Amino acid sequence: MSTIKEVAVFAENKLGQMAIITKVLADAGVNIRWVTIATTETFGVIKFLVDRCDEAFAALRQKGFTVSLIDVLAIEVPDKPGGLFEVADTLRKNAVNVENASGFVTQSQKRAVLLIEVKDIDRAEQVLKKKRLRLLGADEALKL
Amino acid sequence: MFWDKEWETLSRAELEQWQLRRLRSTVQHVARHVPFYQQKCAERGLGARAILSLKDIRRLPFTTREDLRATYPFGLLAVDRADVIRLHTSSGTTGKPKAMFFSKKDVAGAADLIARCLVMTGVGRGDVLQNMMTYGLFTGALVMHYGAEKVGLMVIPAGPGNSERQCLLMQDFRTTVFHTTPSYALYLAQFLKERGIDPRRDLSLRKAYIGAEPYSDETRRKIESALGVKVYNSYGLSEMNGPGVAFECEHQQGMHLWEDHFLIEIVDPATGNPVPDGEEGEMVLTTLRREAMPILRYRTRDITSVIRTPCPCGRTHRRIRRITGRADDMLIVRGVNLYPQQIERVLMSLPAVGHSYQIHLEGLDELIVKVELADASFDGRVEHLVNLQREIVERLRADLLVKPRVELLPPGSLPVSEGKAKRVFDKRIL
Repeated sequence: MSTIKEVAVFAENKLGQMAIITKVLADAGVNIRWVTIATTETFGVIKFLVDRCDEAFAALRQKGFTVSLIDVLAIEVPDKPGGLFEVADTLRKNAVNVENASGFVTQSQKRAVLLIEVKDIDRAEQVLKKKRLRLLGADEALKL
Repeated sequence: MFWDKEWETLSRAELEQWQLRRLRSTVQHVARHVPFYQQKCAERGLGARAILSLKDIRRLPFTTREDLRATYPFGLLAVDRADVIRLHTSSGTTGKPKAMFFSKKDVAGAADLIARCLVMTGVGRGDVLQNMMTYGLFTGALVMHYGAEKVGLMVIPAGPGNSERQCLLMQDFRTTVFHTTPSYALYLAQFLKERGIDPRRDLSLRKAYIGAEPYSDETRRKIESALGVKVYNSYGLSEMNGPGVAFECEHQQGMHLWEDHFLIEIVDPATGNPVPDGEEGEMVLTTLRREAMPILRYRTRDITSVIRTPCPCGRTHRRIRRITGRADDMLIVRGVNLYPQQIERVLMSLPAVGHSYQIHLEGLDELIVKVELADASFDGRVEHLVNLQREIVERLRADLLVKPRVELLPPGSLPVSEGKAKRVFDKRIL
């Protein structure tokens, strides 16, 4: 299993929420490696990839936040034209629907990573591996 | 089980005979001792002799809450002040309070009705009642307290709030029944869950008496499943003793209204005319046994109807349906009449929705419903939240015929109330 965990927080879409949440993580000594935010008019879901997931979850929960852990796959994307297409095409051909995705390129190591959320995570993992796409484990993803 | 089988199963004919006799003596009593009623009866040329049948009650004047405020503090007192042994007041949201006086007999009478209510739900000696209503000027806690002691329950006068302590008392003293408001019961359920306390495994709760705020049957089921208890609906109002006016029996199908103490009418809230038998309208109550402060035809503002079929429990006192709203609570949004309870019913029927909600009316007739997500329903996916929000809008629109704006909020965002919950905020500029 190459799934890694993200911490998702349900927050009101109002001034200062992000500051309050990141303060909780800072106080818990949690390092944030990656963050995505999805908002609507009234609320938002903030997802963090952090070095110490369980501590982050516990600290936020203890402060009364509504938190959930979600499984994602971290796919190493060949950093070349058509690299992301290869991943997307593999998933499409195997009818794996991506619910959410975010990507980043690491400067230092010239590597690109795509984080995806899918319903059937085992199947997604299987088809990607079959295509010889590399999935990063938690340790590796956090070291980028 | 009966506390007072004779009274509780009195034949309808005997009950009505008793009501007529008591109505006449009540009219006589107030006409003699209360200038407010003296004047009202004189204006109509009425005396006790004018009451020949129960239908003649329609000739008597109504009493409104404004009348109670206008005559504050002693205006409706019908006995010597030395014969009053207790005062309660009801603040309401605006203006002067209303004063309610109890003679020794009135205190005993109110306790007796609670005793009937409790025994009717199957509790007795050996049960432990945790009374989480507010002790003090509010009738809710004290009236229940006296009645429960009369039956022989052990009463824990916990009062409201301080969930940590409520929980400790429940565990240490093996509370079997409790008395509170629907909003606090829901809050408590959430609190226990967060503490990892499973009521079915860790507590001894069997029954809950829930009242003081109108609530829906969906809320009842939610409390029942969250706390592992049977919930009995309790209806009362301070002007009529407080709790114990009407209460559910073991069948949980409407509340028996104690008709030897109160005479019930259902009227059209706009005209005051009686509605056809069994139809919904404003409940009007007349006290039949009270000494210190009898009240004629009190406009409760509560909307309900009388169930015409007899109850399988054998009690002859008719049942009223769950209060569907307060005449004062009715909202008119874009020309459509609706009650906050309608909104609550829809919200509480959705498992992903939490316990707290607020209704805001803003701008030019905009209906905004703020509602919390149930904590366990969050799976980290924003799409699911968006879908849920859309579903709530659709369900409300189908039920209310008005399309609201729905704001889905994280659990715990809305303030918790320990007394009566304030849920409607009307800030319209009309």
